[in-house]
Amino acid sequence: MRTPIAYFLLLSGVLFTIGTLGVLVRRNALVIFMSVELQLNAVNLALVTFARQQGNLTGQVLTFFSMVVAAAEVVVGLAIIVSLYRKRRSADVDDANLLKG
Amino acid sequence: MTDWVVFWIAAPISVFSGAAMILSKNAVHSALWLILNFFTLAVFFLVLGSPFLFVVQIIVYAGAIMVLFLFVLMLLGVDRTLPLTERIKGQRLLAAVLGIGLIVGLFVVVGVGVGFARETLPNFDTVNAGGNVQALAKVLFNQYFFPFEVTSVLLIVAAIGAMVHGRRRIALEDTIDGAEDESEPDASPGSDAAALGPAGNGEVARDATAVPP
Repeated sequence: MRTPIAYFLLLSGVLFTIGTLGVLVRRNALVIFMSVELQLNAVNLALVTFARQQGNLTGQVLTFFSMVVAAAEVVVGLAIIVSLYRKRRSADVDDANLLKG
Repeated sequence: MTDWVVFWIAAPISVFSGAAMILSKNAVHSALWLILNFFTLAVFFLVLGSPFLFVVQIIVYAGAIMVLFLFVLMLLGVDRTLPLTERIKGQRLLAAVLGIGLIVGLFVVVGVGVGFARETLPNFDTVNAGGNVQALAKVLFNQYFFPFEVTSVLLIVAAIGAMVHGRRRIALEDTIDGAEDESEPDASPGSDAAALGPAGNGEVARDATAVPP
């Protein structure tokens, strides 16, 4: 019973696809944001898997940086969603049509 | 052997919680499913020889980031269920086709690039010699020292950005209408500073005027 390294990569691909579908289909800004987080985490898994495959810690360092960037992104993104909600009384991305011609 | 068992326990939970996350009608349920997903990913990090990222994943993602998500959800109101009907015709179908295309592409790429050969995970003990945290610190503080320092600038910018977006004054201008307009002096910079001074912050003043006259 051995786990091929490819299985982790395939799992990462499946999770990334689920996140992509969430971004495409859902309309609540917060759920879309959570789907983006899922995509980021799927890529993190791929990075750690490649670090294991290559016998090199660079992938883990990149994952660490990606987590920092994700934290900063969440902070600013949630602040934008809150201010959008204050203006529109809705977190639905279809209601954010200020730039509509 | 151990990694095989752990993988086949955690991987279905991971995929199921991810799917449940995008299918939940309630945003809070979505957030809880996502927390479960982050925990399974932390388990994978542990299996792949990175105890440090296992801990960071739980503390930063499942802890800090998801608490922030839930906090904002509570702020925006959680009693509503979200409609899942599609507004753009054919959007679901197109999304499903694109998703299948993406996953097939990824399978092909992994098959060509890495191959599905049944082999053990490569040995990671020499890389992790002296402990994963120590080995990671050696790489981080030598090779990647400058990016690490730039990260601190990024975090400060993010904190300031969140404060700028979360300020109360933006809400006062646009969403509070009618009754409070006359009680609020005009929005010139001078009066704004004066209003913030004695009252402590804008929220206290606003709440005081929001009470029925």
